Amino acid sequence: MSFYHKYEKLKQIPFSAKFHEVTSMQVESALTKDMLTTADYFALLSPAAESYLEDMARLAHQKTVQHFGWTMQLFLPLYVSDYCVNTCKYCSFSVDNVFPRRRLTLSEVEKEAKAITEMGIEHVLLLSGESRIHSSISYLKEIMTVLSKYFSSVGIEIQPLDTTEYEELVESGIDGLTVYQEVYDEEVYRELHTKGPKRNYRYRLDTPERGCKAGMRSVNIGALLGLDDWRKESFIAGLHADYLQTKYLETEIGVSFPRMRPHAGSYQPKTDVTDKNLVQAMLALRLFIPRAGITLSTRESEFLRNQLIPLGVTKMSAASSTEVGGYSEPDNTQSQFEISDDRSVAAIRKLLYSKGYQPVMKDWQIIGAED
Amino acid sequence: MEDVLQIGGRQLKSRLLLGTGKFADHRQMKEAVEASQSEIVTVAVRRVDLNGSGQYILNDLPGDIALMPNTSGARTSEEAVRIARLAKAAGMGNWIKVEVISDQKYLLPDNSETLKTVEQLVEEGFEVFPYMSPDLTAGKRMAEAGAAAVMPLGAPIGSNMGIRMKDLIKVMVEEIDAPIIVDAGIGKPSQAAEAMEMGAAAVLVNTAIATAADPVAMARAFSHAVEAGRCAYLAEPGAQALQAAASSPLTGFLREDD
Repeated sequence: MSFYHKYEKLKQIPFSAKFHEVTSMQVESALTKDMLTTADYFALLSPAAESYLEDMARLAHQKTVQHFGWTMQLFLPLYVSDYCVNTCKYCSFSVDNVFPRRRLTLSEVEKEAKAITEMGIEHVLLLSGESRIHSSISYLKEIMTVLSKYFSSVGIEIQPLDTTEYEELVESGIDGLTVYQEVYDEEVYRELHTKGPKRNYRYRLDTPERGCKAGMRSVNIGALLGLDDWRKESFIAGLHADYLQTKYLETEIGVSFPRMRPHAGSYQPKTDVTDKNLVQAMLALRLFIPRAGITLSTRESEFLRNQLIPLGVTKMSAASSTEVGGYSEPDNTQSQFEISDDRSVAAIRKLLYSKGYQPVMKDWQIIGAED
Repeated sequence: MEDVLQIGGRQLKSRLLLGTGKFADHRQMKEAVEASQSEIVTVAVRRVDLNGSGQYILNDLPGDIALMPNTSGARTSEEAVRIARLAKAAGMGNWIKVEVISDQKYLLPDNSETLKTVEQLVEEGFEVFPYMSPDLTAGKRMAEAGAAAVMPLGAPIGSNMGIRMKDLIKVMVEEIDAPIIVDAGIGKPSQAAEAMEMGAAAVLVNTAIATAADPVAMARAFSHAVEAGRCAYLAEPGAQALQAAASSPLTGFLREDD
């Protein structure tokens, strides 16, 4: 059994027609429930639910505070390499975009780690372009010997790997896996991923599950909104999260809602995802899976991020650099995408306090192997 | 005679323990802890800066408060044991609340991994406080293994649903030779009083106080409720009866000389 089997059934659904058939009564019924069914989740993503966003927001806020308290965990992305073997039409790191590529040496990684630690950050997400040669298992394990001295938790967002490879990384202290399907629609997926190992839809779809099997503490998934109909994509991503959380009770499943940002290359998003749409997607997920982590990145604007804080978000990044080496030597290479909110960690902390939230800088402890 | 709770080598006047994980800021947490008159707070080791540069929670607690570090985040006994050792090495004392949770959907504790952890940590000299799903056999084994108290949940953590596990906890109070501390699920002061009336040795509260509109006032309310519940338990309430006593006794025909 794999989520692919569920997807094969889901793709038979005439989504657009079904979403428009949802009535306000169905939405209201979903809002009275403590535990939502799949049909309720579907209803909350429908056009009919747009008139209930305020009710959804109040419930989502209440559930988030109840389960997570008045807290927000902060983390930063750490880009170590922008070598990539894939051709993805929407990404700056795509192999056909020509720019000088770079991979950090061990001492450069340490410089970045120091710069990030000085900002008070203890949780990092290690990112690279997808290349088994440049971000190899041995390179990542080598990096971990440095990073485990500086951080309490290290996650990865790199090329998909096999279960045994993830096991090796877990052993080295890496505890989180982020992998976005980008787009769940298999046909659109093939259109956008024209060359490289990423063309293999099924292998990518099963990646979060391999991470769970390998013992990752947290696994974070998502659809890149804008590549296809956001209602459908959000629905399938939510079901994917639910599938994983039900099958792997010990893993903390999280969901992100990345939205297309300007990048190098000429691809234009297929569908427009408005702020209202993004909010609806987030709220519906929070009500469907009340304990799921929801991550909000600096892809979104300062204004919007300020407003999204009480709507179900549990983790935020700040002062992010999406360039390799961007913390210790800013402005010298190609960034993966343009960020919208460039406020410092200190500014985000201040903002959180002003909104009644406690910024949590440390929420785990690398316990590693014992001698 | 003064009613004190003898536990883990300490004597406590307050039977209210406080969690610290969900407050909006540390100043509010400190004020709530003070208002609660609690003498013990739990702190997640994973949130503590073990290297001691000190921007985290420990500096912001009232000075005379005793710490009960917890192993929150542990999914196996092995992880819980390591976290406990880290806490001790960092100078957080030898009390440890064992939390082993391998279910991220409902956050229900894993009793068998918890029992293993209790056995190991008692052997290492810790005063061990296991958080568990109410179950008589598991609770007895934990007590026999040397747990300083047993901490069954009243309802799923963060649910504010009250003592849903009431009947099971009652059995534990009656049968287990260790203090029973009701942890998790208590949403209102009246529910804390209810747990105390049942004979619980203490209660632990976090969400209900930290997420109240006025956490400090709510902490005070809990303090009163726990005290009232304890007094009621000691006063031994009269038996409950739904109907009034029958006016013509059913056994009135029996005579002394029969």
